Amino acid sequence: MADTKIVVDCSTGEVSEIELTAEEVAQREADAKAFADAKAKEEADKAAKAAEKAALLSKLGITEEEATLLLG
Amino acid sequence: MADTFVKIASVTVGAGGASSIDFTSIPSTYTDLVIKLSARRSQAYADTYLRFNNDSGANYSWRQVRGDGSNVSSASGSAQTYVMSGNGADRSSYTANTFGNIEIYVPNYAGSNYKSFSSDSVNENNATQADAMLVAGLWSSTSAINRVTLYPDIGYGDFVQYSTAVLYGIKNS
Repeated sequence: MADTKIVVDCSTGEVSEIELTAEEVAQREADAKAFADAKAKEEADKAAKAAEKAALLSKLGITEEEATLLLG
Repeated sequence: MADTFVKIASVTVGAGGASSIDFTSIPSTYTDLVIKLSARRSQAYADTYLRFNNDSGANYSWRQVRGDGSNVSSASGSAQTYVMSGNGADRSSYTANTFGNIEIYVPNYAGSNYKSFSSDSVNENNATQADAMLVAGLWSSTSAINRVTLYPDIGYGDFVQYSTAVLYGIKNS
């Protein structure tokens, strides 16, 4: 992974390739962790919803296709 | 006739790749901003993100709808420290040397209300899967936008060589 960023100064048009500072590397790592946590939560929520749906279908004794037909 | 759609700045990523593209010192003399990105990334994740004014506080929210060739889905995020800007950077697993594209529209970027934006993006891939996405986003800040930073993914990967970003300003007269 590149430890550089591209900075475009719109007041001058100057383009610079700049090494990330220690703070920026730390921010990137914190971002990555926050992002991974958010993704994990999203996946967990999705799995919980799928489980709830499967449990409801089982309780009703119908398939997903039959439920779709009912709601259509 | 007045120029109402003006290129403010552009950049093409060099051989080493870049972890972000940062437009700084954006003048406040336009009405709206448009960012066009043609990009490919160094890893297999799907989404691109942005921040305004280097704000990494939990001040962003978005809603998105996506299609990938076989499925459609929607998602949202609130109180996030970054905002989804689309999926317009081709994944590394997509057909070699292809680039996705994204257009982000930011109205009233220099005003004192919270800043909304919309984006549309598509990928290019010689396979069944290729993504298309619409995003509505919000930055909950009254500050004028003077900086936009584009990320290939939050905390991961790079924009690869020949990825290009262009920032335009739009005047209403």
